[in-house]
Amino acid sequence: MSTIVSLPDQSTAALPKRNYLNAEHGLLSWLLTGDHKRIAMLYLISITGFFFLGGAFAGLVRLELLTPAGDLLAADTYNKMFTMHGIVMIFLFLVPSVPATLGNFLIPIMIGARDLAFPKINLLSWYLYLIGGTFTLTALVLGGVDTGWTFTTPLSTHYLNTHVITTGLAIFVAGFSSIFTGLNFIVTIHRMRAPGMTWFRMPLFVWSNYAASILMVLGTPVLAIAIVLVVLERTIGLGVFDPAKGGDPLLFQHLFWFYSHPAVYIMILPGMGVISEVMANFSRKRVFGYTAVAFSSVAIAVFGFFVWAHHMFIMGVSNYSALVFSLLTMLVAVPSAIKIFNWSATLYKGSITFETPMLYAFGFIGLFTIGGLTGVFLGSLGMDIHLTETYFIVAHFHFVMVGGMLMAFLAGIHFWWPKMTGRMYPESLSKLAAVTTFIGFILTFFPQFILGYLGMPRRYHAYPADYQVLNVLSTAGATVLGVGYLLPILYLAWSLKYGEIAGPNPWQATGLEWQLQSPPLTENFTEIPYVDYEAYDFEWLAHKQKQEVTTVG
Amino acid sequence: MVVTQPGELHEEHEHEHVHLPQHRHHFETEEQQREAASFGMWLFLLTEIMFFGGLFMAYLLYRNWYNPAFVAASHTLSIKLGALNTAILITSGFCMAMAVWAAETRKRKALVNFLGLTNFFGIAFLVVKYFEYAEKWHDSHIPGLKFSIADFGKLGVDMAQKTQVYYSLYFAMTGMHALHMIIGIVLIFWYMVRANRGEFTEGYVAPIENFGLYWHFVDIVWIFLFPLLYLIDLGAK
Amino acid sequence: MGISPVLWQFLNKWLTSSALFPKEASTIAPYADALYFFLLAMTLVGVLIVGALVFGFSLRYRKERSPEATQIEGSTLLEATWTIIPLVIFLVTFVWGALLYFRIYNPPANSMNIYIVGKQWMWKAEHPGGQHEINTLHVPTGRPVQLTMISQDVFHSYSIPEFRVKREVIPGRYSTVWFNATEPGVYHLFCTQYCGTLHSGMIGTVTALSPDDYQKWTDASTSGMSLAQNGERLFASLGCNQCHTGDAGARGPNLAGLYGKKVQMEDGSTQLANEAFLRDTILNPSSHVPAGYKPIMPTYQGQISEEGLIDLVEYLKSLKTNYRVQQTLTTATSTEAAPTTPGMVKP
Repeated sequence: MSTIVSLPDQSTAALPKRNYLNAEHGLLSWLLTGDHKRIAMLYLISITGFFFLGGAFAGLVRLELLTPAGDLLAADTYNKMFTMHGIVMIFLFLVPSVPATLGNFLIPIMIGARDLAFPKINLLSWYLYLIGGTFTLTALVLGGVDTGWTFTTPLSTHYLNTHVITTGLAIFVAGFSSIFTGLNFIVTIHRMRAPGMTWFRMPLFVWSNYAASILMVLGTPVLAIAIVLVVLERTIGLGVFDPAKGGDPLLFQHLFWFYSHPAVYIMILPGMGVISEVMANFSRKRVFGYTAVAFSSVAIAVFGFFVWAHHMFIMGVSNYSALVFSLLTMLVAVPSAIKIFNWSATLYKGSITFETPMLYAFGFIGLFTIGGLTGVFLGSLGMDIHLTETYFIVAHFHFVMVGGMLMAFLAGIHFWWPKMTGRMYPESLSKLAAVTTFIGFILTFFPQFILGYLGMPRRYHAYPADYQVLNVLSTAGATVLGVGYLLPILYLAWSLKYGEIAGPNPWQATGLEWQLQSPPLTENFTEIPYVDYEAYDFEWLAHKQKQEVTTVG
Repeated sequence: MVVTQPGELHEEHEHEHVHLPQHRHHFETEEQQREAASFGMWLFLLTEIMFFGGLFMAYLLYRNWYNPAFVAASHTLSIKLGALNTAILITSGFCMAMAVWAAETRKRKALVNFLGLTNFFGIAFLVVKYFEYAEKWHDSHIPGLKFSIADFGKLGVDMAQKTQVYYSLYFAMTGMHALHMIIGIVLIFWYMVRANRGEFTEGYVAPIENFGLYWHFVDIVWIFLFPLLYLIDLGAK
Repeated sequence: MGISPVLWQFLNKWLTSSALFPKEASTIAPYADALYFFLLAMTLVGVLIVGALVFGFSLRYRKERSPEATQIEGSTLLEATWTIIPLVIFLVTFVWGALLYFRIYNPPANSMNIYIVGKQWMWKAEHPGGQHEINTLHVPTGRPVQLTMISQDVFHSYSIPEFRVKREVIPGRYSTVWFNATEPGVYHLFCTQYCGTLHSGMIGTVTALSPDDYQKWTDASTSGMSLAQNGERLFASLGCNQCHTGDAGARGPNLAGLYGKKVQMEDGSTQLANEAFLRDTILNPSSHVPAGYKPIMPTYQGQISEEGLIDLVEYLKSLKTNYRVQQTLTTATSTEAAPTTPGMVKP
């Protein structure tokens, strides 16, 4: 087994005396911190909590679907489960996952800054996120909500008697958390780059987070106003979406998807950034076609705003808009294809090793390719008629979001874990987790494509018996998947105390963050660096290491 | 390589500026801090535009569908009060601009006074708005809470019902606008206290400038709301 | 060898009764499946190419065999290749999908019309001959059938997977879908838009019958009154005929032969008198004032159920000449209270 991991001599190695983790002590020093790295850790802890909460809901949903009859949960309980699963996973896990944890931790370091532009607003984002999370939990404790995460009117405004308002407020507040994170990133990337760090010297991770931030800043407020109108309609009875008063319920869906379609790019783009970093590092090669990958992120962000109505092809949008939105959907698929090919080509003539992050990245490429191409099925007007609102949608969405985004998130966590904590995790166990996740994932979600084409509708509490075999497979897969997700949290927690000391650059990576001690200082850089090399410049790294040897020797 | 150049860039600046206590250490220079703050504010305003944008889209759609209802319902608003409020808000915006000027020219007293005036007119706007809302309540023009189509006899009953959409949008739009005003007014009180301590008249004017942007943005939203809500098809009266 | 009976049962079920594709039971289905197989092939090829690249390079350029990486900037030619080829494939998919879309949503001119009313949590079907069904739908094979659908409450969606058709059923607005069943049989009918607690209970069956069997079914289950006949009574009992007398100088326009025509409106626009127009005119007359008439028609919002509206629409569609209106007029005046179908007119 070849490896590039170069750990310092463990008998003498020690964590740096001064670093951001031990700079201050006590709970308050964390809760009132302005340090982007500490805020990232706060986010990491909270989103992990919500991930397992959302996962528990998913587990119950899959368990219910083991048998065709609705025998484990009552119908309304089941509806609450999938609703809470969607809301928690999307608004409280996927949207903040990579940007708020890895992005928060790494963007300032990667561009050579001491912190994000607005540290206090960054902390505020986390508190808003927590308030949103608390509201969601409140809604759950009070009895849950069963609108589906899409809040379709008039169902959500007039026909359900659950805690729509509390949940709506949760999403509203969490939305502002995401807006402020995006705003902070954009300003930081524009105004805080170190001297010499030109736009085209930035790591692709920064580019993709930049693109996602644009979507957060421009898209989220539209969701906010749509949710406000739903809440006003429920509380005092305004009639903007109420057909009885002359309102148009489809308008709500337009406003909702105007955010929620770009939202899937908010979720996936930062993940793509992680994959670029990991692929480059473990093939010891710069990313093939850097500019193409960078611009494809921006292209996804721009096109992403003009495809929302493809969620509504069968809802009576006019033929013309159906045509336009289908065409634009096809166009937005191209930049993703470009990225996939560029990552594959990055491997060409590399010197490849297969550490855990790389395994997750391979998983991402495979699953995202399937997820992306099945998206083309749905963007194609006539095919969408048969496939929409079935398990095909569920499978497609999970291939992109879980197979894609979650794999990328785990790749990133494993890749930067030594930097964040200063310690290594057990390599063989983590590889086992990566493989388990992959197998469990395929087993869970692949049968759902077939179910979808067979016509099984989503959000069904009970289903005709002819769909059982595939549902059993899917539930079995979910069990494996669950194990795959539980493993990392165990060994990562273990590694905090017992992991080997990582040293500044265990992967021999080129990024600015790897030239600092692990974990970094609170102020990141004692002197702001001058950057005179491009991202992924392995020749520069080799040269630098030779220099260091000569200086020390 | 990460060649650390011992502050070639920021040294220059440090000669120009006195090092202010408000300078945050993660910024290399005060110039950078100031630019970042103003850039962030502009981005925030972009967010706000999208926020109101959703409402304006709804307005466009429904006005197109239910034009007679929009015309009739719009005529129940008091143009006099609307115009008065527009004047009040423009005056308030002017005072805000003067406050920024006062901060930049380091006039502490003038800054506090102009902020006070800005706030006075802001509150006056809300008072007028309160009377307008009270009138709507009195006339039963609040969809959901207290609504009757008695005032719209000229329209068919079905179209008269659609005035509810107009009023829904009226309350949503002006309500959101008023909420922004209230947030602004609270902030101004806080800025007045700080201005009185002389925080913004020693060269550190970014908060006042950026708040000015916010306040002007809220004004501009009203400048759009006034004609769209009050001045529909006046000839048809 | 002790293979557990449960597992054996499962394997047995998997191997014998688990289809990968639903049955093709309508004329649309082969077209939809053709596109599906094209897309499947595209996915397969895509995954194979990416898989081959990733695995091939991983084997060839793993560290043992390639200790030193060669730095490559990129290649504009390659970028262009993998931009243009996917783009072309996606555009083909777009055109193909659009053609299929229009095939599914543009009904042939000679299709028979069945009305569907969705409500939490049941499907009502109303046949022109007056047959009513709940959670079932009987259709003849070999004949295009158009469904005109509306929801009484929230969004629903009418889906028949074996026919490969589906359409959202929207509150307050007609939506349509059509199909031509090819094989007699019983098929799944689903509501696919989440519509509240018993969403998964809003299912039923679509029974495709051979034309003879369909005829038998129609005769056996008729309620005696066609939709148009119900509509005629409603037309009289609501007093519609007092203005829409069919005379030239009447307060309301003549409705005979209106269906399918373009109507000149007071505000200068023209509107096509289809089912949606007829329904909306009854509910929102102020938005549909024909040129030369005063906006005096009252709204019937809240007074007629969706089924009643369907009856009226069918009646108006059946008015080819003025004769029937005149007849309705005399019926109404002579037999004071025309017998109304119970539950049709809400007080």
